[in-house]
Amino acid sequence: MNALIKRVAMTALLVFWALPLCWMVLASLRPESALYATTATATAGFGGNHYRALFAERRFWQPMLNSIVVASSTTLLALVVAVPCAYAMARLQFRGKRALMAVVLAISTFPQVSIVPSLFLILRALGLIDTIPGLVLPYLTFATPLAVWLMAGFFRELPPDLEEAARLDGASRLRAAVEVALPLAAPAVATTAILTFLYAWNEFLFALSFTVSPDRQTVPVAIALLQGRYQVPWGQILAAAVTASVPVAVVVLAFQRRIVKGLTAGAVKG
Amino acid sequence: MAAIALEDLRKVHGGSARPALAGLSLEIADGERLAIVGPSGSGKSTVLRLIAGLDLPTSGRVRIDNADVTDAPPESRDLAMVFQSYALYPHMTVRANLSFGLRMRGIDRAEIEARVVRVADSLGLRLYLDRKPAALSGGERQRVALGRAIVRHPKAFLFDEPLSNLDPQLRGRTRTELVTLHQRLGATMIYVTHDQEEAMTLGQRIAVLRDGHLEQVATPQELYDRPANRFVATFIGSPAMNLLEGTAARAAFTGAPGERANEQLCVGIRPQDVMLVSPEAGTLTGTVDVVEPLGHATVVHVRIDDTTRVVAVAPGRHHAHSGDPVGVQFASGRLHLFAADGRRRGDST
Repeated sequence: MNALIKRVAMTALLVFWALPLCWMVLASLRPESALYATTATATAGFGGNHYRALFAERRFWQPMLNSIVVASSTTLLALVVAVPCAYAMARLQFRGKRALMAVVLAISTFPQVSIVPSLFLILRALGLIDTIPGLVLPYLTFATPLAVWLMAGFFRELPPDLEEAARLDGASRLRAAVEVALPLAAPAVATTAILTFLYAWNEFLFALSFTVSPDRQTVPVAIALLQGRYQVPWGQILAAAVTASVPVAVVVLAFQRRIVKGLTAGAVKG
Repeated sequence: MAAIALEDLRKVHGGSARPALAGLSLEIADGERLAIVGPSGSGKSTVLRLIAGLDLPTSGRVRIDNADVTDAPPESRDLAMVFQSYALYPHMTVRANLSFGLRMRGIDRAEIEARVVRVADSLGLRLYLDRKPAALSGGERQRVALGRAIVRHPKAFLFDEPLSNLDPQLRGRTRTELVTLHQRLGATMIYVTHDQEEAMTLGQRIAVLRDGHLEQVATPQELYDRPANRFVATFIGSPAMNLLEGTAARAAFTGAPGERANEQLCVGIRPQDVMLVSPEAGTLTGTVDVVEPLGHATVVHVRIDDTTRVVAVAPGRHHAHSGDPVGVQFASGRLHLFAADGRRRGDST
């Protein structure tokens, strides 16, 4: 009985989430006229016309490339800074730790729109408007605190016994962290990486505000700007949306395996 | 090999009013096997962490072979510790776990491999060298934890209740193995446990701790025969010592020096020294309450009156039944006398 309810609920959820996605994929493959047809005409042929137009005429590969570079760099840099920082927050005793963590949290919950003007002025002064670093840098202001919080939570859960055993085995604090704590943190690093990547991939406001030329636009901005003044090319927008989902799906799937693996590898107590 | 000296160690954890350790002084001789025993919260693990350098004392000194190491980091102390949770590195194979400490000390590969294999052989772990801890049973993990300590030839071994996660049978066997190991290596060992029986079997000397205070340090026999106070008397020995409250009627009650009439006293007698006799022959009489047959012995709980109960250990196959009237007699010379403040009061006669 329970299993039946579970199955029904799962199916309902799956339909709820998958239906728009399927519709998006299907619609991106059909001619524009079929989108407005009141009856589903089986005669209207499927085809890659929208994709061809998107990449050939609109040069959609450029925003794709920009987004991949921006999101990957943001993820990488955020992790490089956040992992040691989170470790220190979780393990070391120092004055003002609590206050520092509060500030980190406050920053990550700040409404983005409130700092756009000041960030714009700073970036302009640095000559970073309309550049890739000009996007990565502001993204880090949000991605790093988020990553610090996630990772600190994980390091706190990690039993201190393991690093203490390493210390007694002759490892310095740093070595114990690098050789024992860090490998065990791999699943948490993967989770944090996914979230950071998603965040940077989806970001719209900063990308819109700090880029000018079409060559520097990221995917969300490019999709938004696809619509013209008198016409909305739904076919191409949907094709762009499908294309934009692919790297995210790849990243999630790639790291997901690590997460599952990490969970079983960590189950040594008992 | 090393002698360890603790000088007036105090530890107050941040945010706690009560010290975890309130001025502990203790000397552990080179090659000695010392057990530290006490109930949870007595500070016994704190002692071990201070010796290991995992915590720093609020005051007091720790010396290893006369060198003051109070502020030295754990990695420089050359001690090995076996944790209650074993603390095996889950992402490393048994081989990597065993060699980690040697690798940290920069010993060359061939030497590491030779030592790892030798230790693995001695602990019966040879076949598990390439497995990860997750693929081992509790007993095997425990042996890996032990191997990781042995392989380094440390100055001293610290054990933090390493047997408490094993089933009773395996625990008993491992205890014996630890004693054998100590005899073979001759290394200093400090063994922390809350189990008095484990302390008795493993410690050449036992330090009894309560609420951060050292209650008594003595050999197992001495602790059993002459407990320094009521706490030690009831903590050591199983079943716990019977305590009978009373007032000294005459100064000659036990003949102990300094005894006064009308003093509030407490008489202790081990259940093993209580004999069950016929009601007429007993010093005290009562009825049998609960009978616990253990096979080799029978534990009999006797109700003397509403507030007084005496536990006696009778031989196996004892015929007592619940509700039987019975007399109890105390073996002469086995009475312990404690003053109102709990301290031992002279010697019993």
